[in-house]
Amino acid sequence: MALKIENISKNFGATPVLRDISLFTEDGEFLALLGPSGSGKTTLLRIIAGLELPDAGAVRFRDKDLLAKPVRERRIGFVFQHYALFRHMTAAQNIAFGMNAKPRRLRPSRKEIRDKVAELLSLVQLENFGGRYPTQLSGGQRQRVALARALAIEPDLLLLDEPFGALDAKVRRELRRWLRDLHERTGLTTIFVTHDQEEALELADRVVLLREGTLEQMGTPEELYHEPASAFVFDFLGDSVSFPCEIKGGVAVIAGAGVPIIGPHPHDGPATAYTRPNGFDVAPGDGAGLAAKVRSVLLAGPDARVDCVLDSGGAIEVRLPLDVACKLAPRDRVTVNPRTVRVW
Amino acid sequence: MSDTASLERRSHAARDPGPMAAVFIVLTIAFMTVALILPLLAVFVEALNKGIGLYLSSITESDALAAVRLTLFVVAIAVPLNIVFGLAAAWAVTKFEFKGKQLLLTLIDLPLSISPVISGLVFVLLYGAHGWFGPELRTLGIQIIFDVSGIVIATTLVTLPFVARELIPLMQAQGKDEEYAAATLGASTWRTFLQVTLPNIRWALLYGVLLCTARAMGEFGAVSVVSARVRGETATMPLEVEILYNEYNATGAFAVASLLALFALVALIAKTILENQFAGDLAAQRRH
Repeated sequence: MALKIENISKNFGATPVLRDISLFTEDGEFLALLGPSGSGKTTLLRIIAGLELPDAGAVRFRDKDLLAKPVRERRIGFVFQHYALFRHMTAAQNIAFGMNAKPRRLRPSRKEIRDKVAELLSLVQLENFGGRYPTQLSGGQRQRVALARALAIEPDLLLLDEPFGALDAKVRRELRRWLRDLHERTGLTTIFVTHDQEEALELADRVVLLREGTLEQMGTPEELYHEPASAFVFDFLGDSVSFPCEIKGGVAVIAGAGVPIIGPHPHDGPATAYTRPNGFDVAPGDGAGLAAKVRSVLLAGPDARVDCVLDSGGAIEVRLPLDVACKLAPRDRVTVNPRTVRVW
Repeated sequence: MSDTASLERRSHAARDPGPMAAVFIVLTIAFMTVALILPLLAVFVEALNKGIGLYLSSITESDALAAVRLTLFVVAIAVPLNIVFGLAAAWAVTKFEFKGKQLLLTLIDLPLSISPVISGLVFVLLYGAHGWFGPELRTLGIQIIFDVSGIVIATTLVTLPFVARELIPLMQAQGKDEEYAAATLGASTWRTFLQVTLPNIRWALLYGVLLCTARAMGEFGAVSVVSARVRGETATMPLEVEILYNEYNATGAFAVASLLALFALVALIAKTILENQFAGDLAAQRRH
């Protein structure tokens, strides 16, 4: 176990930001701290780095107390959301900063520093950009310089705060893949903070989902997606549709139709059922199930988006295969049935 | 739609000034001529009125030279003190959270809003022969009021806000992330200050130092209260001007005044050059 966080709590004034958080990382793991804004994920990252102090709890790294060490002795690489590059230094000078800051007896020679900077510049694919100032680099290039600068101190742990937050969608996807490759090559234990579930599910070995300062669920992306521990997890990891139902003998009864339940089964009685927009069958005409009228059918895309108005009030948007959806037209009467639901 | 219309109107107004704009421009130039340019010219005209020979002998006269020396001496102490204070205050206010921060920010501005004469009087009240600490200081053999040390302290206090006020808004805008980054990279506080913070604020600092210097050289109010006004000993350049003028030595007074004005002009030109440099720097940082 590389990093171990035990019962961390933190308040900003009277507002609790983190409540009794415990988690760990394995050596070489790529961990995502996921959550909506205000969930405390960045604060947790800053506590690990030493930029904030917790009110209670412990942070251990390979069984050593990290909280007892000042920031500069922790050997933790930190990449800031807005890069925080030294604006008056070139990319190469930025990368060399950490090595130059070492005490004289531990400092590498000038040649070693120069070689290391060249090596890191090539690692982040910026061989010809060492002489540029931050203002002369694009967002994605700055991000990679910030990463190279953090790697230059040969950290035990790498922390990334919303690493793709300030970049446009295309650059984000490219950098994401590149970061995954880089992690596989360096094998460095890495924790990154994100509010983007897609990013967390695609990149991380394990995901920690935070909500209002509490740990909602921790597990592999598959576990989180297929075995969500709560309605919040289910809702946060993708589009979700919910409606009231009645639990009777192990099935969810929705408008007269019995629907199988996956995941934990609650006791009989009224409850709320959840499913994904692509988890529905839509049949023409009236039958057992949610009676509705088609409002619009959108066929432009890999699957069709069908907007239905429920007779019971409200609307749901379902996703159907194109060949099924093309038989539907606005104002058709249909019966909508979820194939399976989760109930909380 | 209405947005683009108003934008067009605005840029239109900026391009060709209408009759109102012409009135404002003429008024401004007229006012500046009467209040600034004419007096400045008058200083040099009056100084050179009785010939260059008298002018040169006026400014090389021993008391005048002593006044120049004293002024430069006071500046040489007051400005470095305010650099240290300004850096410390700006660093504390912008990089740390503490109680009473707002009060400190308000106090820094106090010397700008209080008349310097009052500052001088307060010093007399505190350290004068009959002041609160006067008797104690006298038994220790320390004289502040009517001495050079009083002039230095009064000047330092009056010029205290200039460096800090230039640095605080810039450092607030720059935030703390670069300092945090330096810490995670293993840099000590001192190295972080020298290699990260100081280079980021160098133009603002220089600008503040120039303003502070110009103000320190010209300080009259507080200094006139705490100085004994002995020519050749405790008369700074502004005091020397007043003393000469009161002695009906107009040429002498204007000669010294012209020197002071020249110093101020040099500072102003340096400031303008820096301002251009500093503006480019700031714009670059905003893009960053």
